[in-house]
Amino acid sequence: MAYVAVKGGERAIEAAHAWRAEARRGDPALPALDPAQIEGQLGRAVDRAMAEGSLYDRKLAALAIAQAEGDLIEAAFLLRAYRTTLPRFGASLPLDTERMAIRRRISAIFKDLPGGQVLGPTTDYTHRLLDFGLRDGQAPPAAPVADPDRAPMPRVADILAAEDLIRPDPPAAAEPADITRAAPGFPPPRDARLQSLARGDEGFLLGLGYSTQRGYGGSHPFAGEIRMGAVSVEIVPEELGFAIDIGEIVLTECQMVNQFAGTKTEPARFTTGYGLAFGHADRRAMAMALVDRALQARELGEDATAPAQDAEFVLGHADNIEATGFVEHLKLPHYVDFQSEIEAVRRLRAMAATALAEAAE
Amino acid sequence: MSVAPATVVPPDRPGFADPVADAQATFRAVLDALARPGRIHPAGVGLDAPAPLAPATAALLLTLVDPDTPIWLAPALAAARDWIVFHCGAPLVADPGAAAFVVTTELPPLDRLAAGSDEAPEAGASVILQLAALGTGPRMRLTGPGLAAPSLFAATGLGAGFVAAWWANRALFPRGIDLLLCAGTELAALPRSVSVEAL
Amino acid sequence: MNGYNFAYLDEQTKRMIRRAILKAVAIPGHQVPFASREMPLPYGWGTGGIQVTASILGREDVLKVIDQGADDTTNAVSIRRFFAATAGVQTTTRTADASVIQTRHRIPEAPLTEQQILVYQVPQPEPLYRLEPSRAETTRMHALAEYGAMHVKLYEDIARLGQVAISYDYPVMVNGRYLTSPSPIPAFDNPKLHRMPALQLFGAGREKRIYAIPPYTDVRSLDFEDHPFRPHRADAACALCGSRQSYLDEVVTDNRGGRMFVCSDTDHCASRRAAGCEGVAA
Repeated sequence: MAYVAVKGGERAIEAAHAWRAEARRGDPALPALDPAQIEGQLGRAVDRAMAEGSLYDRKLAALAIAQAEGDLIEAAFLLRAYRTTLPRFGASLPLDTERMAIRRRISAIFKDLPGGQVLGPTTDYTHRLLDFGLRDGQAPPAAPVADPDRAPMPRVADILAAEDLIRPDPPAAAEPADITRAAPGFPPPRDARLQSLARGDEGFLLGLGYSTQRGYGGSHPFAGEIRMGAVSVEIVPEELGFAIDIGEIVLTECQMVNQFAGTKTEPARFTTGYGLAFGHADRRAMAMALVDRALQARELGEDATAPAQDAEFVLGHADNIEATGFVEHLKLPHYVDFQSEIEAVRRLRAMAATALAEAAE
Repeated sequence: MSVAPATVVPPDRPGFADPVADAQATFRAVLDALARPGRIHPAGVGLDAPAPLAPATAALLLTLVDPDTPIWLAPALAAARDWIVFHCGAPLVADPGAAAFVVTTELPPLDRLAAGSDEAPEAGASVILQLAALGTGPRMRLTGPGLAAPSLFAATGLGAGFVAAWWANRALFPRGIDLLLCAGTELAALPRSVSVEAL
Repeated sequence: MNGYNFAYLDEQTKRMIRRAILKAVAIPGHQVPFASREMPLPYGWGTGGIQVTASILGREDVLKVIDQGADDTTNAVSIRRFFAATAGVQTTTRTADASVIQTRHRIPEAPLTEQQILVYQVPQPEPLYRLEPSRAETTRMHALAEYGAMHVKLYEDIARLGQVAISYDYPVMVNGRYLTSPSPIPAFDNPKLHRMPALQLFGAGREKRIYAIPPYTDVRSLDFEDHPFRPHRADAACALCGSRQSYLDEVVTDNRGGRMFVCSDTDHCASRRAAGCEGVAA
């Protein structure tokens, strides 16, 4: 009977999982994908899964990408669900990106500056022509090697700050917020906003950041600096009482510089928007910096009328794990609610028909 | 302001024998106690509690308190301080108004405790009050959510001013404090939503 | 399940959720924020209900999971398997045998008892969200018990349509203080919320809110004296058990307008049939 058939049950679920696994494996005549290949060769996908999965672990991210058949939101979800079960051993010291081992460092606002412009492994000036050589597994020509410059490379914002041209950030709370441990209140402080943005959906951040450039909360940004490279992570174990290096992670940091006309009590200066992303992710870090700046509107006494300036709107919808869950949950059974709706519509139609008939009499 | 002890010596009294199951059972007891005000539940049975904590009090602390919950500990219970710090890892605070859990043997002035705000009434403190006995002593009538009909409740040691203090607390609703009562191996609770009349 | 704590959540997370549940019980109908965890099931699939269930469940509990009133819908099956695997608890499809019932979109037909806890999966805990999307603003409205906008909305429905157009997730006043979402249960189920002997807990994972209705608490569906709240069901009998009281699912049987109605609560229907009740298709 039809009624039994619509109630799928256990066997349907098991069959669906088996089919899915088979589809993921693809043509068995081809070698299975090794997550190590993903880690090594799909680095930008790994970076994005780590950022949105809020977990820096290249190997796990590669595994998640393989398991998710390359669906990066699904991969981020797998990482989040794993991350949430991990015990917390401690918190790192604030990362010092000034001591980053620079692979890339560019400023769009000074022609040259201490440390120089370092283009790094970028696609910025590639011509987007499909490289058919990749099909044959051609090895790329060896890249020229320069000695890494390990001297501290001052951040552009700090150079401006030395001249008092940058509005200093207000002092932060001693202990930064953690939105994964306590639901943030409204309006959320900047640390909670930055944490939300850092793990927010790249497409959403990109669209919002873009909107600020088109007049929706315009803030006239300049790319003060984008830098990418490895940064040491340090912790202070309670039993030691001094900092130890526990490894390094690759980050992309962006500081956008925006004009700020000043107020009656404050001189004209520049303000900054800040973006930070795991791995090499210019787009993500830049979009985040634009949105971070837009979200400072209220604090800077600016009109907050654009979507990117509405902290509740931005933070409420930036998380793609939340968003995809709620959008996709519409495919779960809703027939009880729909039944109540269909009965209500039938009642309303009957009442309207009665009223029409009465009017005609 | 939290006052963390310089060193924590592992106390000689253990925590729960089965931390997962015992915490769950104690939680269900306190959940039902708050959901049905005045009903008395066993709690902490078999727990080797450190003096002067009653087993029910110790069980509640192990179940609900941790590094995220500042607690204020009454001087009368100070002997159990190391045990609480070691097993719960809770920060001790000097100001009862800053505590999420106020642990005491005497009803404190309720208006000095965190009552939450109208927007976040859940920030109102939980008072864990260790008494001489539940089920005996001055009787009162309870009405409110959780009760099918007005119900009788008795406890020894709430103090003469209790009913008046509770009315003042009830008048703050939805702000206010919630009272978790412990005696020996029993607990009961009075959520801020319940009304109390002396009999 | 190897490598995971009993009922999946670690003990510190359970403590955090348990504290939120206790405050929710103490303030009936008030949404308590909690630090919802990412679960291994997607948001929207019941992560709030699952976190609440995981925090209350003990080894002695008997768990029933329903979705759309049925034990055998795919998501109910999936959640039941999750707890069977992570907590090893006994599960049942029989309402009377369960100590904890997790539900999505229905309240069982059989009256629940003082020995039971009903856990609702809640997609949207904020009853005012259609009128005011800003949670900062709705939080303020709840603080002031400023619910006039909802009354106006219902009144406009009546003025324009002759009746309230909300057929599910019909807002209720809990204990005369908080406007509360009963979750997307059909309005038919609303009367069961009122003075229910069982404790009712509501978990919204994505929205990070927990709320509760203690036993025997007054729960009033919003209405007007001249337009009292009325629960509706399809005007039909269950084709399997013949019930004219239960909430019915409509099943399309062919392309020519053929319809059949069957109980949404599968355990209720099976119990009636076991007791000899029959519908036209039995």
